[in-house]
Amino acid sequence: MAVEATTLTGADAETTAAAAPAVGAASGIDFEGVSVAYKGTVVLSDLTLAINPGEIVAVIGPSGSGKTTALRAVAGFVRPSAGRVKIGGRDITDLPPYARDIGMVVQNYALFPHMRVDENVAFGLRARRTADALVKERVAECLRMVGMQSYTKRYPRELSGGQQQRVAIARALAIHPRVLLLDEPLSALDAQIRRNMLDELARLHRALPHLTVLYVTHDQTEALTLADRIAIMRDGKLVSYGPSQALYRRPPNRFTAEFLGRANLLTVTVEGRALGSYARARYGETELLVQEHPSLGAGSKCLLCIRPHEVLLSPPQGPCNTLRGIVQSTVWQGDQHHIALDAAGTTLRLISAPMHEPPRAGTVLDVHFHASHGVLIPHDEA
Amino acid sequence: MPGSSPGMTAEAVATRRASANTGAALWPLPPLLILAGVFFYPLSLILHQALHGDFGPTTFHYFSVVFGTAMFANALAHTIEIAAAASAGCIVLGFVVALILSFVPFPGSKLLARMIDTVIALPTFLVALAFTFIYGSAGVINMSFIHLFGFQNGPIDFLYSPWGVILAEITVYTPFVMRPLLAAFSLIDIAQIEVASSLGARPWRIIRQIIFPAALPALLAGGSLCLLLTVNEFGIVLFIGAKGVITLPLMVYDKAIQEFDYTTGCAIAVVNIVLSLALYTLYRFVLAHFGGRRAGVV
Repeated sequence: MAVEATTLTGADAETTAAAAPAVGAASGIDFEGVSVAYKGTVVLSDLTLAINPGEIVAVIGPSGSGKTTALRAVAGFVRPSAGRVKIGGRDITDLPPYARDIGMVVQNYALFPHMRVDENVAFGLRARRTADALVKERVAECLRMVGMQSYTKRYPRELSGGQQQRVAIARALAIHPRVLLLDEPLSALDAQIRRNMLDELARLHRALPHLTVLYVTHDQTEALTLADRIAIMRDGKLVSYGPSQALYRRPPNRFTAEFLGRANLLTVTVEGRALGSYARARYGETELLVQEHPSLGAGSKCLLCIRPHEVLLSPPQGPCNTLRGIVQSTVWQGDQHHIALDAAGTTLRLISAPMHEPPRAGTVLDVHFHASHGVLIPHDEA
Repeated sequence: MPGSSPGMTAEAVATRRASANTGAALWPLPPLLILAGVFFYPLSLILHQALHGDFGPTTFHYFSVVFGTAMFANALAHTIEIAAAASAGCIVLGFVVALILSFVPFPGSKLLARMIDTVIALPTFLVALAFTFIYGSAGVINMSFIHLFGFQNGPIDFLYSPWGVILAEITVYTPFVMRPLLAAFSLIDIAQIEVASSLGARPWRIIRQIIFPAALPALLAGGSLCLLLTVNEFGIVLFIGAKGVITLPLMVYDKAIQEFDYTTGCAIAVVNIVLSLALYTLYRFVLAHFGGRRAGVV
């Protein structure tokens, strides 16, 4: 069995990038009302999305949400039935894939099995009729960038999954692509290698800050770790799009709250504004102080989103809320305890640091959350 | 001792093992006997006839007589030329058609791919017969020219030349190349083609550098099979009856059946067998060299 390649250090990547010629001019990606239909079934509906040059944007969503179709529309493997796709402001909708200047890495690596590692990386350069000396130089540079310089004469079958993925990334980067498309690139790897590869991808992007990356995944952890911004899709439609932290902290709708991280959702009624940027909301008999929502005035029935790790066993500093519940279950997961409470008919989950004596099922428990961690979400949105 | 009763002696155990070994050794005997009866014995009779004639001593005289005739040289040359040309045609046509069926799907392409097996199942002379109806001097095309344009004779007259035989053999044997190719193409990861395309490769480069290497073992397997079959093809050559086109199988038929010269017929048959075995050896060698072992076809 092939041995995993040495992990690329940040310093290596940055030195390599400094020595490397700049990756082509920074190019953003624009989807302008893009729709894709297969045999009359719409799989991507009116997608409008602007990705800034040098950004990593993760597109996430459940299976069949249209995220891969969006990526394939950029690559040129599907023809939009409506709308335009632009890279760096240039309309590429009608260009064949080979004329789009994109690098692509797919889930199963898609290395050419009959070519050695260096031949795989050189493939795109040779397709562009690059001079031999330049090909050699660029192949060595890209393999160094991903820590695979010692494996040039191996065949793909002689490499581990992580090593194959590194070669696939080097192959995609070798052509100085204007954008890099990553289609679930880590989903075939086991958990440990996936974590390492995530770190390496992050380092790689720090070394190539001009590279625009469109990263399709169904894994929210990958999206939150890597992406500057996240687009969440469902049933072929864009449900939400924004900076990763903002989407996580203030999910604009229920689907985003539940798909991006875990969420406690309580049905509340807004009672009115409070001091600062807070609002008063009622959950059963309990009055709560939560973040204000611009479109939810007094009397609005809506959802209150509280992340499980924001629910605390002791009151935090500043304005806070207390909810009383009965412990349903306590699960120890090594570095965390997961506790589920029944709080006035709704299950409230909290994650805490490991406890010596966790509360037993049936115990009545008061839990707390800071007012700024309670986010209102309109009830009627997706 | 495991597997033996406590009261059993060492001699009894040894005897039981020996009889079990003898029983296992006898298993291959029935198929070997059948093979010897229906294959090796008739072959040995042919070889014996070629080396001894009718009750004579062992001699290569009959071979030297056969080798010395212009007709044999002509038949050998025709056999190799026709087989090589037909196999090359099958490889090119089979590759192109399989490529289209696999990668440029059109309505009915799947049905067409399935129908290939039907062509393999048909007897070879049927195609020769169909060719006669279509391209023959009184075939559909020539008669159409005569009736429509007032031609004295039909303008299509390739059928009764080596080209007619080659074309008929290409028609019959192309499916033998296509079948393994379609299987090989179905195993190619489409993502490889898409990634190659995204890297800047145009269709011709993708065919040359991605698809062709992946399909090479299957192409060689199908092509070599065609070569073996066309070397020994009898029905098409006989049915078309091309002028001056005689091949080794046809010469065996002429000598043994038409002229009752069994000894010469057997000598030619031995040459034909040696030629086939040599081609088969070459096929195994080439296939192993080009990765057939990895592809599981050797």
